[in-house]
Amino acid sequence: MTSPNSTPLIGQYPDASGHFGPYGGRFVGETLMTALLDVEAAWNEAKNDPAFLSDFRAMLRDYAGRPTPLDCADRLSDHIGGARIWLKREDCTHTGAHKINNVVGQGLLARRMGKKRVIAETGAGQHGVATATIAARFGFECKVFMGTEDIRRQAPNVHRMELLGTDVIPVTSGTATLKDAMNEALRYWSGTSADTFYVIGTVSGPHPYPEMVRDFQRVIGDEARAQFLEKCSQLPDLLVACVGGGSNAMGLFYPFLDDPCEMIGAEAAGDGLDTPRHAASIVGGTPGELHGALTYLLQNDEGQIHEAWSISAGLDYPGVGPEHALLHDLKRVTYEGVTDREALDAFQLLCQFEGIIPALESAHALAAAIREARKRPKDQTILVNLSGRGDKDLDHVGQVLEKFRSQNSEFRMGSEQ
Amino acid sequence: MNRITQTFNTLAAANRKALVTYLTAGDPDPETSFAILRAACDAGIDILELGIPFSDPTADGPVIQAASQRALKAGMTLTKTLDLAARLRKEVDTPIMLFGYYNPLFKYGLERLAKEASAAGVDGLLVVDLPPEEAGPLKAALVGTDLQLVFLVAPTTRPDRVQMIAQETGGFLYLITRAGTTGEGGLDVEVIRKHAAEVKAVSPLPVCLGFGIRNGQDAQKLAPMADGIIVGSALVNVIAHAPAAPDLPERMAAKIRDLRNGLDRA
Repeated sequence: MTSPNSTPLIGQYPDASGHFGPYGGRFVGETLMTALLDVEAAWNEAKNDPAFLSDFRAMLRDYAGRPTPLDCADRLSDHIGGARIWLKREDCTHTGAHKINNVVGQGLLARRMGKKRVIAETGAGQHGVATATIAARFGFECKVFMGTEDIRRQAPNVHRMELLGTDVIPVTSGTATLKDAMNEALRYWSGTSADTFYVIGTVSGPHPYPEMVRDFQRVIGDEARAQFLEKCSQLPDLLVACVGGGSNAMGLFYPFLDDPCEMIGAEAAGDGLDTPRHAASIVGGTPGELHGALTYLLQNDEGQIHEAWSISAGLDYPGVGPEHALLHDLKRVTYEGVTDREALDAFQLLCQFEGIIPALESAHALAAAIREARKRPKDQTILVNLSGRGDKDLDHVGQVLEKFRSQNSEFRMGSEQ
Repeated sequence: MNRITQTFNTLAAANRKALVTYLTAGDPDPETSFAILRAACDAGIDILELGIPFSDPTADGPVIQAASQRALKAGMTLTKTLDLAARLRKEVDTPIMLFGYYNPLFKYGLERLAKEASAAGVDGLLVVDLPPEEAGPLKAALVGTDLQLVFLVAPTTRPDRVQMIAQETGGFLYLITRAGTTGEGGLDVEVIRKHAAEVKAVSPLPVCLGFGIRNGQDAQKLAPMADGIIVGSALVNVIAHAPAAPDLPERMAAKIRDLRNGLDRA
């Protein structure tokens, strides 16, 4: 079991050059260096400017719907019969996921920098929708890069972005998924950085994005910590969040890093870690550099990047934020794989016992929490980041359950393995 | 003396400009690639940039992306790229630079790469997504070898950074002619002239212009502004247009002669 480090972690990383220990950094072509130095300078100013922070807080409250509730999953906990499971309800935000916290912050920064256009990459479409949302709110022109494969899988989100006035750019290069969308966004940015702000959706990418996105998302953990102390007069024993790029997990974990709380990051194990079809960059990958940062990657021995696989398009990325790579090496957070099947079981349990339809991404965190709850006594508490709602996943879940049923007659709704 | 440095010295003495050419190693397949590279060296190039194929080339336009995909599909690896360089070195004196992205080098091991590249007769390295700030480990690995580490300056680079990069670069300074990714076209001659003059003024080393140069005419226009020009996508296109053509080496040689003639008219 993990225990907190004796030395404090909050405020220690990244260092002045954007490194989280051996990870992170700013590995980009020279054409983008000036753009990144400008974002860094603007961010360093803004993060210490009370007016900026006050605008950020006000917009999170009035536009995004914060604070989100902290909710005890009593019936689910009783059903599992172990530790009590608490939910941080990011699914209750405007646009239905934690992604809104980050785009509000980056939108305010883009406006402060006088940019007229924002661009973003998206996989499942959640970050694309969130970016399209603030683009409409702020009056930015907006382009979202999305792999043609994801456009096919996530048609409702494409429709949402278009309604919000965003230009969805189909990406056909490479594997036509999230990593290629990010490649294409970087390419586009390198030709347009003078008037364009790149809204990166997770705690990944070149410095200062991993720090900046974490600091915009830490509102999740700051709220949850205060709410938990108020309701339970103690801290949770364990925090659990899903990790694709890892922004909702960093957001929850960060304010607790110096507390005596255990932490689990649930990575998408897809068909299983013993198969090539997964997206578990930390537990199933090796260190390398992609999209501007040194971190853990899914790659072959030659350093070519593998396509990631998960039932959840939001976890379907072959890298992970560099701060997670460091927290893994420091053993401060335990990273574990959760298969598609386990996530689907947890998805159904939450629907049936709590009346909450979770995003498939968040269902990975729930599955890891349920696994732990079973092993732990009733007086322990587990705080799960319910990072998003699952409306976007209904068609997909229906199809996959149908497939599982036809493959295995033993499988039934809500089965518990 | 390093072959890159020697080449620029010789060219300067003859009042000639350098033709630096990029081709992706293993494109369209390892064997044909060797024949094409061999022909390119004979057709009058001064420095060869040998591209290491990578799955996610974020600084490249569609032409070089596709070349990377063709090479990877044909089984090209960094080990085979080093073999290709060693084979070329046995037959030609043309300076060879490895040109690629950081991850394949990092994964290979920087010390091992430095040692093996040196043994293969490679003369320099250019790592597109490795700005000087992140190059410490690679520079340390290159200590004790004769390999030059070349850095780039972009149109977006501010003057204080230009000065820093000009001090850091080895062999020559790669000056990107326009913002965006690699690919043909979009050259604004007056903007490039001004930028090149500013960079030349602070660079102790030769300056070469790359991105967007299509043919002998472009070469002729840009050459007077710098010490050489760099051509990539326009050459890779020769392969892209007919990857199965039996006379690819001859086609490549013809394209290079066009560039060479343009350059020598400048």
